[in-house]
Amino acid sequence: MTLICLHFHVHQPQWLRRYTFFDIDHDHLYEDRERNLTILNALSEKCYLPANRMILDTIKRHEGKFRIALSITGVLLDQFENHRVDVLDSFMRLADTGCVEFIGETYYHSLAFLFSLREFREQTMLHKKKIKMLFGQTPRTFRHTEFIYNNELANIVEKMGYHCILAGSADNVLGWRSPNHVYQPAGCRKLKLLLRNRRLSDDITVRFMDTQWSEYPLLADKYANWIHTMGDMGDVINLFIDYRIFAEREREERGIFAFMRSLPGEILKHPGFTFRTPAEIARNLDPVAQLDVKDNIASSDAENNVHDWLGSSLQKDAITSLYSMEAKLRRRKDGGLLHTWRLLQEAENFHCMHTGKRADGEGMDTFSNPYGSPYDAYINYMNIIDDFSGILGKKRSSTYERA
Amino acid sequence: MFGWEFPPHMSGGLGTACFGLTKALAGLGHEVSFVIPKILGESGSAHVRLISASGIPVRKKSMETIKIFKGLDIRLINSTLKPYLGAHSYDNGMKKKSSKQPGYESGRSETDASQVFEISPYYGPNLIAEVIRYAQVAGSISQDSSFDVIHAHDWMTVLAGLYAKEKSGKPLVVHIHSLEFDRCGEHIDENIYYVERFGMAAADHVVTVSQYTKKAIVHRYGIPADKISVVHNAVSRTEAGALYHVEKNPERKIVLFLGRITFQKGPEYFVEAAAKVLEKIPDVTFVMAGSGDMMPRMIERVAELGIGKNFHFTGFLQGTEVEQMFTMSDLYIMPSVSEPFGISPLEAMIYDVPVIISRQSGVAEILHHALKVDFWDVSEIANKIIAILQYPNLVAEIVEKSREELHSVRWETAAEKIVEVYHRVVH
Repeated sequence: MTLICLHFHVHQPQWLRRYTFFDIDHDHLYEDRERNLTILNALSEKCYLPANRMILDTIKRHEGKFRIALSITGVLLDQFENHRVDVLDSFMRLADTGCVEFIGETYYHSLAFLFSLREFREQTMLHKKKIKMLFGQTPRTFRHTEFIYNNELANIVEKMGYHCILAGSADNVLGWRSPNHVYQPAGCRKLKLLLRNRRLSDDITVRFMDTQWSEYPLLADKYANWIHTMGDMGDVINLFIDYRIFAEREREERGIFAFMRSLPGEILKHPGFTFRTPAEIARNLDPVAQLDVKDNIASSDAENNVHDWLGSSLQKDAITSLYSMEAKLRRRKDGGLLHTWRLLQEAENFHCMHTGKRADGEGMDTFSNPYGSPYDAYINYMNIIDDFSGILGKKRSSTYERA
Repeated sequence: MFGWEFPPHMSGGLGTACFGLTKALAGLGHEVSFVIPKILGESGSAHVRLISASGIPVRKKSMETIKIFKGLDIRLINSTLKPYLGAHSYDNGMKKKSSKQPGYESGRSETDASQVFEISPYYGPNLIAEVIRYAQVAGSISQDSSFDVIHAHDWMTVLAGLYAKEKSGKPLVVHIHSLEFDRCGEHIDENIYYVERFGMAAADHVVTVSQYTKKAIVHRYGIPADKISVVHNAVSRTEAGALYHVEKNPERKIVLFLGRITFQKGPEYFVEAAAKVLEKIPDVTFVMAGSGDMMPRMIERVAELGIGKNFHFTGFLQGTEVEQMFTMSDLYIMPSVSEPFGISPLEAMIYDVPVIISRQSGVAEILHHALKVDFWDVSEIANKIIAILQYPNLVAEIVEKSREELHSVRWETAAEKIVEVYHRVVH
């Protein structure tokens, strides 16, 4: 029996507003509330509601044989609670089916693990409580922001009571080994590790839209056939997919909904295949080997490390400035300030400071920088950090005395 | 090749571009004869055959042929120029002498007498007159030289290019570095606009320095897009940078504007942004290097704003002064209202100076590691100036990435594209 693990990640960054040097010490609102609400409403209509409906129908149709895992960040759940209870309701109805496992992660989609373990634990606990409160489940599986992963993370997550952890699959770590097995992180005794099958996942997230691709257009029966032929080569096939694939109009036009609706049926046609959630897999399968991952790996890029978020000096400067405030912030014992500080931890903010080849964002088709350019993102962010330091009492070491 | 500027005879980016381009063309094995209005003193360019239009005899017959440009509405040419259009009135107001140069003298009959003109390379009030005289010389030169393609830079040499095409039957490429609309906004000199439009329409192909300019040519001049190729400018590296090692004063940062102080370059936005920055950071020095018709107004505005203590005008800088100025600066700003290309940000980058450039510029199309602003957004310019002064990591990142980017901004690449255009027009 080969187990199919289908995981959707649901997140939407809370973008910061345009914040100039002239706003420092005058204006302490950092979020772009209007923009974020607009995006929330657009995604609710185009993505969350119709996709949840489609998933719900599909689950009901297969009477328990189609099972998925969902991870929804705490910041997005907050947004639903505040502005779109209807969307929250539709996620709750998915929870009611008993076929959806809700997965733990950092509440604020942060990289806190790399800078403050205390903060990482607190955010993970917050998220756990939130999931329990809203969906009546205690998360047993953990996925880290952007699938960033290493041994240390796995060991901490195990001690926090999780049974299973999801990660990207870096070729340099896996070597000849297949991602289609359950592994045990080095140093762990119970925790199971599931690795994203990059090729099959990217067929849906990336190549589905590629008209130049020899397999275009991708249809569910063809895709199911690929999975069937891989059955002999593994125990699990882990498809980790961003929920935003349902948000793009073009993808919708090319039939992503129809594809996903018929995929479970096509896969289940073969009696040797069934859907399971990560926690179920962790319960049922023993690891084939230990996997030793000393350095960080991530999912999104060919480079498969944290370079996209922390590669440039801009990114490092911004994020260390943020986390260096922690001690002072905690002494203030102010929940509002803590929340603001945590919102600033959004990993996407640092991703936007990535000075790759096309730093100005022009012509990049996969990612359009909401701040304009990485330099604009950095300037904006550092202005906010300056103001926030001011609120905390002592100025960030500044070269200039301001009038 | 016809061009109004060529180092050291130049006042701006046009000469720099012509130099860089011809050098790269020579490197690709192409021979370039470059006709400038007048050679002043010594010229140190070995890679082109530099020809001075002043001192070339013009056959009287060719002087009459201005009439060949039927489509060009001559009535629109400034009326003060009219005396020059008839062959008989050339004596008036123009330095004229019969050629004494051996080689030109021989074999010419009385009726085919030659005349030699002095052509002023300066952009004076009689520029159009100079342009026409230059064009007539071009006809003469094109009869005495052998070449495959005519390449004319900007409107000043468009008529020359047309003459040469007429005389030789060779294809003409018109290379647009800037348009009348860039220089003057909506208050254009119609004569110049007509020369530009006529020249581009009559040319076999048009080359522009940016997509930005190509768009303007399509929309404002009605030239079909497929007749226009974009060839971005580049920058030549000199070793001079190392010679002017100036210790920057970390306590007093210098923010630089360098260029003509004219409408096109947006100097007033620099002044207004400076005032905003100084409200927040009192010890910054702003330098406006260059000269131009808006300079008196800028000086007045600086005084009005009460920021004279922190604001310096250097006047027109040349050669090593420019290099020195770049070396001393912590930030270069080009707030141009309309900039077809804009080579100077590239020059600043050679000296590891971070740059803020107007989005309304061609160079913004090729620079991905410069800060970009809309020229009218004074608050945003000030915000970015402060960011550069305030965040050393930002400067380090920009400088490092700019160095990498400069490696790909090469005249050789531009020359290769130009050669493609040549192949296209030579049948």
